[in-house]
Amino acid sequence: MKLRRFLLTVAAPVSAIVFAIVLCSVILEAAGYPAFTAFHSMWTYGNKTSSLISIADRAVPYYLSGLAVAIGFKMNLFNIGVEGQYRLAALVAAAAGAAVTMPAFLEIPFIMLVAMLVGATWAFIPAALKVARGVHEVISTIMLNTIATGVSAYLLATYFQEKAKGKNIDLVPKTKALPKSGQMPALNRLLRAIGIHIPVGSDLYGFLVVAVLIGIGYYLLIWRTAFGYDLRASGVNPFAAVASGVNPKAMVIKVMVISGAIAGLVGMSDMLGFFHRYTTDFPTGIGFTGIGVALLGRNHPVGVAVGAFIFAYLDRSAQILDLNGIPREIVTIMQGVILLSVVVAYEVVRRIGQAQETKAAAEAATRLEGPAPREPVPA
Amino acid sequence: MSAAPAIELIGITKRFPGVVANDDITFSVMPAEIHALVGENGAGKSTLMKIIYGMQRPDAGEIRLDGKTVNLRSPKDAIAAGIGMVHQHFMLADNFTVLENIVLGSEPVRGLTLDLAGARQRIRELGSTYGLHVEPDRLAETLEVGERQRVEILKVLYRGAKILILDEPTAVLVPQEVEELFRNLRGLKAEGVTVIFISHKLDEVLDNADTVTVLRAGRTITTVKPADVTAHQLAELMVGSELPKPDTQESTVTDVVELDLDHVEVTSADGRPVLHDVSFQVHRGEVVGIAGVLGNGQSELIEALMGLRPVTAGKVTLHGQDITQWETRPRREAGVAYIPEDRHRQGLLLPSPLWENVMLGHQSQPPFERSIWIDQHGAVERTNEVVAKYDVRTPGVDVSAYALSGGNQQKLIVGREMMSNPVLLIAAHPTRGIDVGAQAAVWEQLKEARRRGLAVLLISADLEELIGLSDTLWVILRGQLVARLDPATVTPVELGSYMTGAGDEHAPLEALP
Repeated sequence: MKLRRFLLTVAAPVSAIVFAIVLCSVILEAAGYPAFTAFHSMWTYGNKTSSLISIADRAVPYYLSGLAVAIGFKMNLFNIGVEGQYRLAALVAAAAGAAVTMPAFLEIPFIMLVAMLVGATWAFIPAALKVARGVHEVISTIMLNTIATGVSAYLLATYFQEKAKGKNIDLVPKTKALPKSGQMPALNRLLRAIGIHIPVGSDLYGFLVVAVLIGIGYYLLIWRTAFGYDLRASGVNPFAAVASGVNPKAMVIKVMVISGAIAGLVGMSDMLGFFHRYTTDFPTGIGFTGIGVALLGRNHPVGVAVGAFIFAYLDRSAQILDLNGIPREIVTIMQGVILLSVVVAYEVVRRIGQAQETKAAAEAATRLEGPAPREPVPA
Repeated sequence: MSAAPAIELIGITKRFPGVVANDDITFSVMPAEIHALVGENGAGKSTLMKIIYGMQRPDAGEIRLDGKTVNLRSPKDAIAAGIGMVHQHFMLADNFTVLENIVLGSEPVRGLTLDLAGARQRIRELGSTYGLHVEPDRLAETLEVGERQRVEILKVLYRGAKILILDEPTAVLVPQEVEELFRNLRGLKAEGVTVIFISHKLDEVLDNADTVTVLRAGRTITTVKPADVTAHQLAELMVGSELPKPDTQESTVTDVVELDLDHVEVTSADGRPVLHDVSFQVHRGEVVGIAGVLGNGQSELIEALMGLRPVTAGKVTLHGQDITQWETRPRREAGVAYIPEDRHRQGLLLPSPLWENVMLGHQSQPPFERSIWIDQHGAVERTNEVVAKYDVRTPGVDVSAYALSGGNQQKLIVGREMMSNPVLLIAAHPTRGIDVGAQAAVWEQLKEARRRGLAVLLISADLEELIGLSDTLWVILRGQLVARLDPATVTPVELGSYMTGAGDEHAPLEALP
């Protein structure tokens, strides 16, 4: 039963991906591009070591973003504001990190803590609006994304920008660099230790470790703690949850704040591992990708990891398409198709599972009632 | 008249792996007949209804409508063939109006726009023809249970059903409403509509049906005319054993007050008082029944006691502690157990495993919680106890709650609440929509808990249950307690008249304190 359920669950995303490949092949062929060449080159390019490392580096922010969205989804709370939360968090954390120099074992946690606090604070705003005024979080978080962009630009330009030295004119506004102690070492040595040859210019960011820990923490929080039980109950049946003693308003605040704190970490991998500062080149859009990643991963930490990997893989392997003269936008189409079809596939799987279980329970009930037909009592 | 039956079932057989849910079921329903279908849960009624409504396909047998064999592959086919179904659990979109709910799925289109005005008109006409009065522009979430049912019936009539199937339509209604429902059904019959309804209440089956078909263990046992059988005989046909009664034996009431309401007042969101000056006590070992027509403040009373709705004036004391301002969780931890009115809405996490459902409402207490963690082992153990002790029929404790039948779900809820060792049990319609077997089990458990010293507040629409189980009976009308009756002497008819406010001149009525 358990194995069957697991296989059914895995069948959903696999069939969605297969469907997406088929559909995209049709689109490519119809547009006059060789579909096989496209997918073959993506596969070969994507599986190179340098690509896989780059994919892992991309997947980490996707993963954290996915988890931030997922925890809200678990109780039907839609935090569309991860985008704004992580960008503002990254900026303030970069400025704070640059302003203070401590030993690495303090500096890095300090920067992360600042990022989490900023993300949490920014997410607290829509939570408070929802609880106090009934404002739907989708509306307020989307608006706060725009506001966050403006606020970051203002903060960067007015307070945090590193002044250009001498006559140089800075085309890209950026914060001061983090001290050496705030730069997270790469995991390259670890890879070499297990016999992987690292191509020049490739770095496996150290933040991967933190992401794994956050994933484990997320699992324990949601599935093993009493708080997680309340959270899941609120998602499954809010009326029953309230009657069982869950305070729905407090729950909204707590979950949004946790979501925002995780969102605050989204930018940390790139910042601590590569940029070492916040610049206007900082990657954007990860907050929105996270929504798709969470959806693909069914809000489960392992599923979200797979989802983040798939999205990162597609992103990276799409780069080869330009060289072959194939429009890389096909990958965007593919991501969209995967998402749409996975929603359908999960629903189908849910219904199949439900039907099987109901059948089994009816069977058990009848069996327990013993030999069913009894002699009719004459009226 | 030699008209063909409106619906005829011949040898309907439906097998699930290891189970025959319907075994060679054969009976027919004449046009414009009110036909009752009775049987225990698990007797195959639901499966049969699903087959007639096209939700499931029979493995063998045929269905004839007006003498012609039909092939119903989906509810859509059934609706097209003029079959309409009113489910036991209402399926309304809360944030839609009555009107929107009714037209949902068969929207009246005029050009590119919705002809809502026309639909509103038709609904009003249907409503007045059959006496099913519901304001079309009210939001569904503001409707009481009885009104929701009316909307469901209207919805089916709106689609032009000529054969109406009702799954336990009276489970939630008081006698006056039941009478009204059957008046409506007879009105439908006069208009040529055929009615098939499932019921556990044998008296009302005998009073209102033209023909009764009894199912047991997936088979048609017999089809009888009500004039030819007594309720007792019918019950025996159904279960093959004695029909249980809800009567409590000797009084176990003590003088220890567990729950004390002192001039409690509750107002609705718009400032209207929905409970006014409510004062009563529940003692250890006492069952206090609240009788009333639905929508007279019972839900508000429950919500106020559960901490789901603020008390605007007055005082609520539980076990000597003033809990008036407490939130829900501390109340539950202080020993308030709750059997909700609608188990799907408030009592269960349907997609979650049984052991998570057994935790629900008690998740902050042992054996379910260990510091900040869930004690899954303790929860599974407790669930096994509930399943064994309360006869919940399930293949295991990892099964999702939706897989169980209504009776088994209810036994699970009753079991988890009883095993939480409560001080006070708030039981709202505890036997609504479950079969006589499960009903007897629930009654027995309530009586047992009362013997052990539990204080029980019983809110029910089943007057026999109220009279049979209660030590003290209050009548609630428009948010006020209007009468205190002695269940030993009051009859359902008297009780009914108090509930509608017509009973002021009746004896025996104790003076209000």
